[in-house]
Amino acid sequence: MADMVELTIDGIKVRVPKGTTVLEAAKEMGIVIPTLCYHEGLSPYGACRLCLVEIVRGKRSTLDASCTLPASDDMVVLTNSERVKKIRKVILELLLSSCPNSKVLQDMAANMGVTKVRFKIKDRGCILCGLCVRYCKEQMQSGGIGFVGRGTSRKVGTAFEQTPAECRNCNGCEWICPVCMRACRAGQLVEGICGGCLNLAVVETCPICVKCSESVGPEGHTTYRK
Amino acid sequence: MRVQTVKELEELRESLKAAQKYEKEIVVSANATCCILKGSKPVVEAFQSELNKLGFTDKVKLRLSGCLGFCEIEPMVIIKPLGVLYQRVSPQDVPEIIKETVCGEKVIERLLYKDPVTKELAKGMAEIPFYKKQKRLLTERHEWIDPTDIRDYISAGGYTALSKALFYKAPDAIIEDVKKAGLRGRGGAGFPTGRKWEACRNAKSPDGVKYIVCNADEGDPGAFMNRSLLESNPHSVIEGMVIGAYAIGATKGFIYVRAEYPLAVKCCRNALEQAREYGLLGNNILGSGFSFDIEIREGAGAFVCGEETALIASIEGKRGMPRSRPPFPAISGLWGRPTNINNVETWANVPLIINNGADWYSKIGTAGSKGTKTFSLVGKINNTGIIEVPFGITLREIIFDIGGGIPGGKKFKAVQTGGPSGGCLTEKHLDIPVDYESLTAAGSIMGSGGMIVMDETTCMVDVARYFMKFLAEESCGKCVPCREGIDRMLDILTDITEGRGKESDIALLEELGEVIKEGSLCGLGRTAPNPVLSTIRYFRDEYIAHTRDKKCPAGVCKALITFSIDEKKCKSCGKCAKVCPTKAVSGKKKEPYRIDKEKCIKCGLCRDNCKFGAVIVS
Repeated sequence: MADMVELTIDGIKVRVPKGTTVLEAAKEMGIVIPTLCYHEGLSPYGACRLCLVEIVRGKRSTLDASCTLPASDDMVVLTNSERVKKIRKVILELLLSSCPNSKVLQDMAANMGVTKVRFKIKDRGCILCGLCVRYCKEQMQSGGIGFVGRGTSRKVGTAFEQTPAECRNCNGCEWICPVCMRACRAGQLVEGICGGCLNLAVVETCPICVKCSESVGPEGHTTYRK
Repeated sequence: MRVQTVKELEELRESLKAAQKYEKEIVVSANATCCILKGSKPVVEAFQSELNKLGFTDKVKLRLSGCLGFCEIEPMVIIKPLGVLYQRVSPQDVPEIIKETVCGEKVIERLLYKDPVTKELAKGMAEIPFYKKQKRLLTERHEWIDPTDIRDYISAGGYTALSKALFYKAPDAIIEDVKKAGLRGRGGAGFPTGRKWEACRNAKSPDGVKYIVCNADEGDPGAFMNRSLLESNPHSVIEGMVIGAYAIGATKGFIYVRAEYPLAVKCCRNALEQAREYGLLGNNILGSGFSFDIEIREGAGAFVCGEETALIASIEGKRGMPRSRPPFPAISGLWGRPTNINNVETWANVPLIINNGADWYSKIGTAGSKGTKTFSLVGKINNTGIIEVPFGITLREIIFDIGGGIPGGKKFKAVQTGGPSGGCLTEKHLDIPVDYESLTAAGSIMGSGGMIVMDETTCMVDVARYFMKFLAEESCGKCVPCREGIDRMLDILTDITEGRGKESDIALLEELGEVIKEGSLCGLGRTAPNPVLSTIRYFRDEYIAHTRDKKCPAGVCKALITFSIDEKKCKSCGKCAKVCPTKAVSGKKKEPYRIDKEKCIKCGLCRDNCKFGAVIVS
């Protein structure tokens, strides 16, 4: 079939329809890549960079976000190489430092083995993953919220800070948010890590996908959690 | 008047040349922002009224050119055919210039350029050391061209390349020429232009529409080459774009220029109108059947919009935010159509290649980098301005021969190339050839051509902090490594410069820098840590001094320095006490002065005003 491409992910050859992203292809194979700003029902965005994978081209390799990277012929992808893991951990540290009370992020930290945040904690309450903005625009066809400002002063907001006429109070933005609705203020932060939930239990690593993502879930692998 | 054929263009050129035969010509660098700031307008008015008074207006041509490069000595006046160049001309000098030089052909020595080192007087441009080592291909015509008048450009040989391309060359042959010439993108990354064009030409558009864009969103601090080029010779860029559009098969072009360059915007708009009026743009250009038009889009001043995907979003009217590539703009760019984006200088190089041939062009420069490059030479350097040099020239030649060295007899410390995405190079790099590969290997980049020279009084940690502050504000904020990473780097650097740094911070900066470099979405983030990483690489001792010894060797970081007076050197003149804003300095006659450390706000005024060098910073 002309519309299929063949690529190698973590040493396994796979054929996927043209236009499939590397993340989707990996998912199809059961390889879990951690994500935050990705959602099946929304357009890929490529902002959280947790889904970085290593693309090997001969002797050289580059890192790219798998959620926006279309699979192509003869592509060699490593989803969990040392280099990827190293970068991912620091990115998670950065995310934790800007949103330490997110349960989603704290669980990810436990899974990935991030035990310490070395950066200054600046609780912004938002990781700017853009899920709410895309949900509002793409699923609700509303566009009531959007991004305001740039750099560190970037935030999600409404036009002129007024309640937008487009808003239908669907609460979709809150529902989809990985941070604000799932914020947990129960635990005491020690060096940016809350020490609750997953951290309290002894975490054993899954032999298949090493400390990758919360989305594996305890039910995913029996050895995952005692 | 509309030029319909090549023959008509040549006839027009001949008639313009004939009409421009004046006995004498006065060229005043007056039409670019830098000249205007330096006070060229009153000089021009003085020339106009003086020429009117004497009734010389039909004998003497007063040409108001754009930037002539040597911003330090503007306003500049060149008297032709003598070729005398006067520097720093004031309106009071004008009657004397007309009487002595224009009428009497006598040179006024007082106004000539004097070499600060050899004290030799330079009569014309060719004798000034600043111009001697340059190779001015793009900028040499500036003195013949009034940027507000297309006739000047045509009579100086403009649009010959366009007629050559449209009538004597097939699109593929033009792309082949550009490839063979070895032209590489002047915006910074240095991607081969011919290959970029070819990709766009071969790309299929759903409805046959393709676009080209001129990227004039020059945002690097201290860089103004593109502005200068657009203000001094906009038609060379337009001509390059029309040739490029013909080669690629584009029907519409955009010049994306920042709104902070009002004069460049005005100049481009005027040039486009004139080109349309003369039939060099629009429907059926020169009767060739090829139609192409250019529109100006003003950027709202976001640095990230210089990145091509953010620039595309901005032209489309969306938020100026980068997106992931692929698809590359050459495949799917503006409104989903194949789009080719090149820098101002890249476009301006195209007519040169078509006119003189790929072989001629590829002989200039080094093996990998062909042609010339303009740089804006700024910072702690004697001759600031725009320079154009062939690739392969050394940094030493640029800084010491062209730039005239460091002012005040101070020592050279570093040069920052490539703006916020570039890095700092040190004395040991002074002899490396300036080309894309060598600069990258040394830990910096070519960039669009900003060159900031620093002397021994510059603190490298502070420089890195400055660039991080700029980037933290200018990052679009979309992806995490760039937005949060740069912000945390800035936090760490601020701590270091304010005396709260730890030695382990250096390693953390390096680690974080690598993450930002590898993990970011677009070119801004992927190059953002360069200023920090390169200063750590070459000035690690300064970082260690800041963190371990809590000292700033250059005496810049206020929290780490103290001011005191050397009792032996102090002559008790009292100047320091007079200038001190907080009355921290006190003393009596014939006794050395003292600085009260409680009151001192470390502004440095006493040091700057002490003639005896008695104020010590430690």
